[in-house]
Amino acid sequence: MLINLSIATIILYFGIKIISKGLDAVTFKVTTMDNKYKKRMKYIIVILSIIFPLVARLSPYILRTSIVALLYVVLALSLNLILGFAGQLSMGHSAFYAIGAYTTALLMVNLKLSFWLSIIASALIAGFFGLFLGIPTLRLKGDYLAITTIGFAEIVRLVLINWGELTRGPAGIPGIPSPSIFGFIIKDNVGYYYIILLLAFFTVFLSYRLLNSRYGSGFIAVRDDEIAAEAMGINSTYLKTLVFVIGAAIAGMAGGFFATFIHYVNPDNFTYSESVTMVCMVVLGGLGSIPGVISGAMVLSILPELLRGVATYRYAIYGILLILMMINRPQGMISVDRLKGGKSKNEGFGNKRINKILRRPYSSK
Amino acid sequence: MFLDQLSNGIALGSIYGLTAIGFTMVYGIIRLINFSHGDIYMMGAFFAYTGIMFFKLPLIPSFLIGMVCAALLGVLLAKLAYIPVLGAARINLFLCAVGAAIFLENFAMLLWGPETQSFPTMIENKSYTFGGLTITKLQFIIIFTSIVLILLLTYIVKRTKMGRAMRCCSQDMVAAKLMGIKTEKIVMFTFILGSTLGAAAGILVAMYYKAVYPMMGFSAGLKAFVSAVIGGIGSIPGAMAGGFIMGVAETLGAAYISSGYRDAISFIILIIILLFKPAGLFGSSVKEKV
Repeated sequence: MLINLSIATIILYFGIKIISKGLDAVTFKVTTMDNKYKKRMKYIIVILSIIFPLVARLSPYILRTSIVALLYVVLALSLNLILGFAGQLSMGHSAFYAIGAYTTALLMVNLKLSFWLSIIASALIAGFFGLFLGIPTLRLKGDYLAITTIGFAEIVRLVLINWGELTRGPAGIPGIPSPSIFGFIIKDNVGYYYIILLLAFFTVFLSYRLLNSRYGSGFIAVRDDEIAAEAMGINSTYLKTLVFVIGAAIAGMAGGFFATFIHYVNPDNFTYSESVTMVCMVVLGGLGSIPGVISGAMVLSILPELLRGVATYRYAIYGILLILMMINRPQGMISVDRLKGGKSKNEGFGNKRINKILRRPYSSK
Repeated sequence: MFLDQLSNGIALGSIYGLTAIGFTMVYGIIRLINFSHGDIYMMGAFFAYTGIMFFKLPLIPSFLIGMVCAALLGVLLAKLAYIPVLGAARINLFLCAVGAAIFLENFAMLLWGPETQSFPTMIENKSYTFGGLTITKLQFIIIFTSIVLILLLTYIVKRTKMGRAMRCCSQDMVAAKLMGIKTEKIVMFTFILGSTLGAAAGILVAMYYKAVYPMMGFSAGLKAFVSAVIGGIGSIPGAMAGGFIMGVAETLGAAYISSGYRDAISFIILIIILLFKPAGLFGSSVKEKV
C-alpha cells in the first residue's frame, strides 16, 4: 500500500510540473492573442458547452458528472467573489448552499411554488443570511473570520438536523418536484444541464461585470491592503458586506438548483468538507482569476470520478495532490497575474502590509 | 446530577485543552490553522490501539508508542508538507494542512478499515466520591495525565533554551533567524510537541469512549480550534482555559438544554466571545505567544 501511494506521489509530482508548464504556455498564448481571436474563442466555448449535452446524452454518467461539475463552478465562482476578489477567508460557504437548498425544497414541497420563484427566494434568503452573518463578523480578520464562518456553517447544519418540525431532521426532505418551464416539466438531465449552464453563464457574467466595475476595483483594493483602501476613502465594511451578500445569494441559487436536481435534501449534503472543497477549488484554480476558478472547480469535481479506477486510494491521492499542488504551484492553475501577462506575485513578491492570508508575507510579523 | 456532569465536563475539557495546546503552539509559530492536528490525534489513538491489540503490550508502553509515532508523523508532515510552503501565502499553507488531513483520514481507513473499532478496557471501572463529587478512576487519570503533560510543556516553553527559541520564533520569525536560531528546527520541534500532546489527547479520548475510528479527529480538530480561539489563539494557558470552558459548557448544555445542539453550543460561545473580545479571553493580556 505504501509503495502504491509513493508511486502515485511521484507520478503526481512530475505530472503537476509538466502540466503547470503547459498551463503557463497556454495562458501566455491566450493573453497575447488578438482580440478578434479571443472573441472567437469565447464564442466557440459557449457553443461547445451548449451542444455538449446533445453528444453526452448517450452516456448518462458523463452528463450527470458535467452537471455536478457546473454546479461546483457556480459555487466556486460565488466563493471566489468573497475569497478571491475581496480577500475574506470564508470557510462556511456550505451554509448558504444549504439554506438555498432547503428554501427551495420547503417552498416547492409545502407551498407548491414554482421552481423559478423558489430559486429567487433561495437567493434572497441566503443573501439575507449573508447580511446577517456579515455585519457582525466581517470586522474580524483572516483566521478569526474563517473560524466564525465555520461555526456559522456548523450551527446551520445542526439546526437543520434538530429542527424536526420544519426540516424533518436527519431524514431530509424527499420528493422535491422537477422544475417546469412554460408548462413543460423538465424530466431528463439534458434539461437540468441547460438550467445549470444558464446559472453558470450568469455567474461568470456577473463576476466579470463586478470585477470591471467600480465595486470590483474597491474589492481588489480591500483585498490587497485594507488600511490603504480605507485611507483612500473606500468604505471597506460596506464593500465586504456587499460581496458577502452577493456570494451568499449565488450559493443559495446553486443550492436551489441542487435541491431540484437531486429531488432530495438532507443535512449530510452540506457538511463542512463541502466548504473546504469549495475553498480548494478557488485556491487551486487561482485566487480571483475567473478562468482559473472555473477550471479548478471542473478539475476537482471531475477528478474523484476519474480516480474511481483506484477506488480505495481515491481520497488519499486527492490529499496528496492538494499538498503537491500547493508546493509546486502556490499561485493556482491560472493565476491572475499571469492573465495580466506578468509573473505571479507569489513567485517573489513582498510588501510590508499586504493581505497576509492571500499574499506572501514579507516577514512573519 | 449537576456535579456528575461537572466532573464529566472537566474530564472532557482537559482533553480539549490538551488538543488545543498543540494547535495553538503551531499557530503561534507559523500562523497555520493546522487542520491536520485532529488527524494526528486520531493516528495517535490508532497507534496505541495497534500496540495493545496486535503487539499485546500493556497500556503505558502503548500510550508511549502512540505518542512517539504521532510525533514522528508530525515531523514527517512538517518536513514534507509544511516547511516547503512556508515562504508562500498563508492560504497555501492552510490548504496543505487540509490536504494532509484528507490524506491521513483516508490512510487510516486503508490501514485499519473505516469501521469503528472498540478500544479495549484497560482500566477497571471504579469511582471515588469526594463530598458530593463522584469521579471515576478513568476521569481522574485523564485529568491527572493532562495536568502533568501541561506542566511539563510549560516547563519546556518557559525554562529551556529550546522554549526560549520557540518564543522568539513566535514573536518574529525573521528576526529570530537573524539572531542565529535555526528556525526550521524550531518549527519541527513545535510540531513534535504539538503532535505528542495531540496523540496523548487522542488516546485518552479513545480510552474514555472506548472507540477509535478514522473520522474521530475531525470534530476534535474543530473543537481544538474553537478552544484555542476562545482562550486567545497562541497562548497556552488560554488554550487550557478554552478547553475547560468548552468541555463544561458542552456537557452542561447537553444535559440541560438539548443534546442535539451539543456542538452548536460551543460554536455559539465562540461567536459571542469573538464578537466582544476578538483576541480571545487571554489573547491580549498574555504577551508572549508560543
